[in-house]
Amino acid sequence: MNPASDNNSSEPVQEFLTFTLGSEEYAIDILRVQEIRGYDQVTAIANSPAFIKGVINLRGAIVPIVDLRIKFNLPSVTYDPFTVVIILNVLNRIVGIVVDSVSDVLALMPNEIKPAPEFGGSFDTQYLMGLATVEERMLILVNIEQLMSSQEMALLNEGSDA
Amino acid sequence: MNVGMEQFLEVFFEEAEEHLANLEHLLLTLDVDAPDREALNGIFRAAHSIKGSSGMFGFDDLTAVTHVLETLLDKIRSDQIALRGEMIDVFLQARDVLAQLLACHKYQSVDPGIPVEGTVARLQALIDSHSEMSTAAVEDSAYGLFTEPPAQTDEEAFGFFDDNAGQTVADTADGDAFGFFEDQPGAPQAPSASTPDEAYGLFDAEKVSPTEDAFGFFDEQPDAPVAPPEMVVETPSYGVYAKAPGSPTIPAAAVPVSDSNVSTEERRSGDRRSTDRRAASSPPAVPRPTGDSESSSIRVSVEKIDSLINQVGELVITQAMLAQLTAGLDPAVFEKINQALSQLEHNTRELQESVMSIRMLPISFIFNRFPRVVRDTASKLGKKVELILQGEHTELDKGVIEKLTDPLTHIIRNSVDHGIEMPAERIAAGKPEHGTVRLSAFHQGGRIVVEINDDGKGLARDKILAKAREQGMAVSDDMPDSEVWQLIFMPGFSTAEVVTDLSGRGVGMDVVRRNISAIGGRIDIESLAGHGTRITIRLPLTLAILDGMIVAAGTVHYVIPLTYIIESLQPKADDIRSMRGSQRTVIRVRGEYLTLLSLHSLLNLEGEPPVPWQAIVLILEAEGRKFALLVDDLIGQQQVVIKSLEQNFRRIDGITGATIMGDGSVALILDVDALPRLASHGELVNESCE
Repeated sequence: MNPASDNNSSEPVQEFLTFTLGSEEYAIDILRVQEIRGYDQVTAIANSPAFIKGVINLRGAIVPIVDLRIKFNLPSVTYDPFTVVIILNVLNRIVGIVVDSVSDVLALMPNEIKPAPEFGGSFDTQYLMGLATVEERMLILVNIEQLMSSQEMALLNEGSDA
Repeated sequence: MNVGMEQFLEVFFEEAEEHLANLEHLLLTLDVDAPDREALNGIFRAAHSIKGSSGMFGFDDLTAVTHVLETLLDKIRSDQIALRGEMIDVFLQARDVLAQLLACHKYQSVDPGIPVEGTVARLQALIDSHSEMSTAAVEDSAYGLFTEPPAQTDEEAFGFFDDNAGQTVADTADGDAFGFFEDQPGAPQAPSASTPDEAYGLFDAEKVSPTEDAFGFFDEQPDAPVAPPEMVVETPSYGVYAKAPGSPTIPAAAVPVSDSNVSTEERRSGDRRSTDRRAASSPPAVPRPTGDSESSSIRVSVEKIDSLINQVGELVITQAMLAQLTAGLDPAVFEKINQALSQLEHNTRELQESVMSIRMLPISFIFNRFPRVVRDTASKLGKKVELILQGEHTELDKGVIEKLTDPLTHIIRNSVDHGIEMPAERIAAGKPEHGTVRLSAFHQGGRIVVEINDDGKGLARDKILAKAREQGMAVSDDMPDSEVWQLIFMPGFSTAEVVTDLSGRGVGMDVVRRNISAIGGRIDIESLAGHGTRITIRLPLTLAILDGMIVAAGTVHYVIPLTYIIESLQPKADDIRSMRGSQRTVIRVRGEYLTLLSLHSLLNLEGEPPVPWQAIVLILEAEGRKFALLVDDLIGQQQVVIKSLEQNFRRIDGITGATIMGDGSVALILDVDALPRLASHGELVNESCE
């Protein structure tokens, strides 16, 4: 499933899945995406941060669901039939993220990706791979693996070295 | 190296490890003064088998060590050299060196630090010191099996069957065997002459010299190469063999000779070593001579079994789903469907049980390492300790067994270190000089119980209490013993300075208990000053399935492992008391006041907790303490398949895992041990107010 995890250096073109969170448009490496599905009933986990919605049964696997909208303090968080969960395959784990909507799959050349400036977006710059401009829209390229493994996401056991 | 070769290598490593374990076991049980011939043969065979197959794969260092080892063993075996105590130590060192070498080869690493030369030299010195005739060539010893002075007399043949009669053979075996050899001396040849080649080869010895060698074969080498029953089955056209399969006892005297022959072999074919031995003595050109043994068992990777277990788990869930979906159907109209579904349920359950049993291993898997642990620890401390193993054949889930190794090692080492006194002290106390540690395993009420008994000095109540006070724990002098012993499981007791002045198990017992409860087990201590200590570990049979009570709190369902639940009740309003000045509530159950925790507030669930006297209270016991848990409702009792939360997520306080319910939703399994701790984040939990 997972080809080598280091990306963007040798391959000329990389494909990204773009999604929106509020007014910002983000892109993640499509090879990290396992599937996209609707938001279903989750089982809440006690004493966990609000952005961890709980766990779902994904064909027999127990998969945590993170609502990035809550994580990044977006004002309106609703769950309706159009709410989308991106099931990611990162760090040999399966994790679902809730986003506002999934928009596109884009191929980007390495030279289209510009380094990200220090800026006050939702994401800490250390989780960014860079920025790209597509049809006058700014795309924020997220290193989703790094984000998901960060301490603040609270998805891994403390002290785990994954 | 091609794929086929790697497969053989894998088998080689596994088998070599088995041989080494066996070697160690035999060495440790060997009585130096009166060595058991069978044990010596067993040790020799283990060394020889490793040598044979390591030679085949070109692991020269392994061959070098085993060669000298084998030469020495052969001399001991044939009474040319007398066995001495120090030899056992050298043998054990050699075993360790072999294990290290094996590990190196396995991971294709090189460790120049392994004392191969030294070990070879030490072994060689033992040989040289005794005899100049080190001419026993490899090949000779390979066939040592047949060069043993054959038992010539009928009496000895008789003796052999007599020995084995205790296993499965009826008493008639004696007379039969006797008759066989006495009356029909030429008989063994008859079947071999008319048997296909595979079976034929096995009777080599008989061909050469029918009667005597056959005697030698059976008498000296009960573990010698034998034909697995399958081979016999393949040749049903030969009347003499046709009866053999499925008849493990010696037939009546009138039955043809070969029958008793075959059935004897059948009994032995269970012994894996036997075929390995044959492998080693057969020409090295055959790449995989152990093929025969595959008829009775196969090696399967754990992943395959785990995925099988997972799939069966899915099937169980699917079946539960179907049952739930069809529950509302009119039985009169859907009779056939209901029948089929109940059949499905039955089959699923059986399938599940069979699949689970694949993962079961005898507990001897870990027990067998303890003679060495005890021996090493005791000799380091200058103590005399005997380890008695009981119930090694009790079967446990592989996962449980693996996780049990560390805690058990810890407890046993503690027993020898802190429990058993020095020889002088023991004699002064009127006890035998040898301390005894008894390790036993048995089934009890659907669980496995492992007990570690020692006849040492027991736990020192005063010291434990003093230590507890020092740690600021709430203790009193009139606490019952059982509660005092529980104190040593407290994290505070695992500080280093306790080791020396506390007579018992200070170090890391909290870790031991945590490990045990991580696999759903419980640990208890009983101790009597001057008489010893007994530690009892109760374990679930398997890690994959759990009997749970489904409870509701708010809209969410949780699973509570049944083993923790003592009872459930609906309390009366005046049984509930609030403690003034705190949020704490207690409940009176049969004159006992227990802390009442609410699942709602423990897990910060939405909505208000229910009014206790309109809801259900479960009385739970965790880590030796009782407490009451308030839930909205009991949904029902169910076997659930345990799913890991940590596989894709993380450890959650208060939750041990998750399961998938019949409707496909996820339910969390509560970590009952952790609940009082969760509650005490804000409030101190003291379980008893009386």
